[in-house]
Amino acid sequence: MTDRPHLAVIGAGPAGLAATLAAAGHGSRVTLIDSAAEAGGQFYRQPATELHARRPQALHHQWQTWERLRDGLHNHVKAGSVQHLTEHHIWFVERLPRGFAVHALLGPEQQDPATVHADAVLLATGGYEQVLPFPGWTLPGVLTAGGAQAMLKGTLTVPGRRAVVAGTGPLLLPVATGLAAAGVEIVALVESADPRTLLRQSRTLAAHPGKLGEGVLYTGQLLRRRTRTLYHHTVVEAHGTDRVEAVTVAALDAEGRVRPGTERRIPCDTLAVSHGMLAHTDLAESLGCRLDGTHVHVDEEQRTDVPGVWAAGEATGIGGSGLALAEGHIAGNSAAARLADTEPDPGEWAAAAKSRTKLRQFATALDRVYRPPAHWTEQVTDDTVVCRCEEVTAGAVREAVGALGAGDLRTVKLLTRAGMGWCQGRVCGPAVAGLAGCALTASRRPFARPVPLGVLARAGEESAQ
Amino acid sequence: MTSPLDLADAHPGPAFTVTLDGRRIEALPGQTVAAALWTAGVASWRSTRGEGRPRGIFCGIGVCFDCLVTVNGRPNQRACLVPVAPDDVIRTQEGTGHDD
Amino acid sequence: MVGAACALYAARAGLDVIVVDRGPVAGGTTGAGEGNLLVSDKEPGPELDLALLSVRLWTELAQEHGESIEYEAKGGVVVATSPGSLTALERLAAEQRAAGVTAVPVAGDALYGLEPHLAPGLPGGVHYPQDSQVMPALAAARLLRASGARLFTGRTVTDVLRTPEGTVLGVRTDRGDIHAPALVNAAGTWGGDLAALAGTTLPVLPRRGYVLVTEPLPRMVRHKVYAADYVADVASDSAALQTSPVVEGTAAGPVLIGASRERVGFDRTFSLPALRALAAGATRLFPFLADVHAIRSYVGFRPYLPDHLPAIGPDPRVPGLFHACGHEGAGIGLSTGTGHLIAQVLTAKTPDLDLTPFSPDRFAEETA
Repeated sequence: MTDRPHLAVIGAGPAGLAATLAAAGHGSRVTLIDSAAEAGGQFYRQPATELHARRPQALHHQWQTWERLRDGLHNHVKAGSVQHLTEHHIWFVERLPRGFAVHALLGPEQQDPATVHADAVLLATGGYEQVLPFPGWTLPGVLTAGGAQAMLKGTLTVPGRRAVVAGTGPLLLPVATGLAAAGVEIVALVESADPRTLLRQSRTLAAHPGKLGEGVLYTGQLLRRRTRTLYHHTVVEAHGTDRVEAVTVAALDAEGRVRPGTERRIPCDTLAVSHGMLAHTDLAESLGCRLDGTHVHVDEEQRTDVPGVWAAGEATGIGGSGLALAEGHIAGNSAAARLADTEPDPGEWAAAAKSRTKLRQFATALDRVYRPPAHWTEQVTDDTVVCRCEEVTAGAVREAVGALGAGDLRTVKLLTRAGMGWCQGRVCGPAVAGLAGCALTASRRPFARPVPLGVLARAGEESAQ
Repeated sequence: MTSPLDLADAHPGPAFTVTLDGRRIEALPGQTVAAALWTAGVASWRSTRGEGRPRGIFCGIGVCFDCLVTVNGRPNQRACLVPVAPDDVIRTQEGTGHDD
Repeated sequence: MVGAACALYAARAGLDVIVVDRGPVAGGTTGAGEGNLLVSDKEPGPELDLALLSVRLWTELAQEHGESIEYEAKGGVVVATSPGSLTALERLAAEQRAAGVTAVPVAGDALYGLEPHLAPGLPGGVHYPQDSQVMPALAAARLLRASGARLFTGRTVTDVLRTPEGTVLGVRTDRGDIHAPALVNAAGTWGGDLAALAGTTLPVLPRRGYVLVTEPLPRMVRHKVYAADYVADVASDSAALQTSPVVEGTAAGPVLIGASRERVGFDRTFSLPALRALAAGATRLFPFLADVHAIRSYVGFRPYLPDHLPAIGPDPRVPGLFHACGHEGAGIGLSTGTGHLIAQVLTAKTPDLDLTPFSPDRFAEETA
């Protein structure tokens, strides 16, 4: 049993990998715990090993960064300074009198328990897609843009033959180009952002020529394929009986309302849609970490307000992979120093800190550009399902607000069951908040994953001894 | 016309058979249940508890629980997460998934 | 819930009612309850009498509102896990029968006929057909609406206004004063705070409880089922964690699992030891639950008074002040009886139950 202090890094995406390499590089013993079979998270999701993909870089950007992370991890694992636990689905992190117990379920079945004890925990839990409802969005063939990308990257499959990619955000372009490269006809790219907002943010955006260059590259790729790109447009409805067959798109006016008369119908068999990203904050919240709105609060060392808990990447605020790398690097450095009872030297991560500042500014500027249409709720008819799990309609949400006096997310949930299903409001939270006209408050979810009662019945018993 | 397998220059092992509601479909090693179903042209494999509406993949990463399917008698498996294996018996789900 | 019931019955009695809450509807313990309407868990005495009255009134309300509040007349089954506890349980059942409760002993095949998925080998239990359930937040919202009372949510009472002689004049809130000759304290776990604003005392303390909620299931548990040691837990004065399995299915599909009690102030952090104990107890009663997933849990604070009876009725120390709080884990069930009794005393009628055991000033004054 080593007496080196032990850091558990949760999540093997860019932030978690950068943190692991930084901490291990400074002598910490690190256990990297992740739910997937391979490292990479969402951004660097790799094709399953058994697919024997010889050219996975065709699906990725910034491949060299991935190679550095992958090889760095491999070397540390070989050297014994890092243990990489794959297919561990963490449902709770328990604070103990000394250290933490990380409670997980093993493998895709997620029935068998596994517990990891550590002196400190670094949460790199990432983010997931936000999609606001519209009529027909529950039809099969309508999926998240990130989901289409994940299926492509991880399993080398595509959702259909003719796709519309729609919504808002910097993810739409790479998803469209990725699907196009994989043989899907992108019938239209529908982005609700107003080009004029883009111009207003142009000074901040131009300060990041690299990232702008990326955008130009994607746009160029699409133009080469003659993909119809509609800015300041939105999907009004998805049509079909058992599967999406067409979508109706329309132009938006300056206030973010649909301009009547501009509707047009586009046949397709797939609609990949995204309205931004949300952070995974469940583990942080159950640990008692303070949140700023809907992401985890951290200081300049990426420490949360709970001693022994760091956080990095999308979980501390959506900002993309470059920001995740910078934050992970800083968090890993800080954790290594503090676990060894020394003061960290911020000089060691000066470059990462600079990068972090710039990339946060860039992310803020992007947020101002890529907003869902201001009046998106007007398109949501009363019979549109809002909570997919419990099939609660917009009408039911509106009734809870109007007739029953609900004014906050939790009360709407109690009165309608919206958010009470399997996904526990992860998908419908922003939609219900928008329809109810109330703030999106983070949900308190003690279980980051569903946990079998038989496992829960014994969880943490050894720690209690 | 490219396929994703071509794009990534993938050389998976030989295809194998699984069944979906008794119908034989082909799957490749390394695919998830969802990937195998997509390849077979299947977009939905569950009907919802309340209205009986069809659902398949939505978020693709295990967060939304739309893609629930019964595999080898175990219900409520997320098709986007579970790898497919030879002779898997996949069944579309209804209701709570426990109704069988 | 208690406030909603008071509003409903007071309005029906012809009074003009205003309801004020610093939070939303069902924002307090009501939103964290299971919605049980029980006679089974009460020993003969004033609380059981209140429960019998309440169950009768709930049955009446269910005729009009049943579906919209997810009312289920499912019945309760109390299970003994040892021959000794079975004897004690049957003795309690006999006493309850004498007080007017329908309590039917069930053993062997009869028990498993009621609940086929119970763990094998249980010596027996008692069936209480009068036990039922509602969805508490819906019930509170619907009853408030039905009362026609003016509802001010998100409005905090900052003071109780009184005449120089000490009679209630109304309340001061963060958004203006509301004048009324009668004030009903239905502030539940925070009832002590409101009493203090009125210049009096009511020693309400919070007793934390968790509920585990499972994935949606077909109907596997038909009644509210709990172990016989539950009654002892409720009556206990210990501050330490006490758990006793309580399991019930719901109309919506998930199974609810309780029940834990601890005195830890208002600490809302999730306690793995408490949740572990709930899961362990439930899987001992119903082994099939081992493979069923918990998908969420919620926490609430039951309002508890030292003798485990609520405070109902006029406060002799403050004319115009009435209390209706401190129902400790039975608030949903007892709300209708409480509301009915409050409406009676508000309109100067003789209450249907003797309110002496519930009198708000029955506790010794705390020394400063």
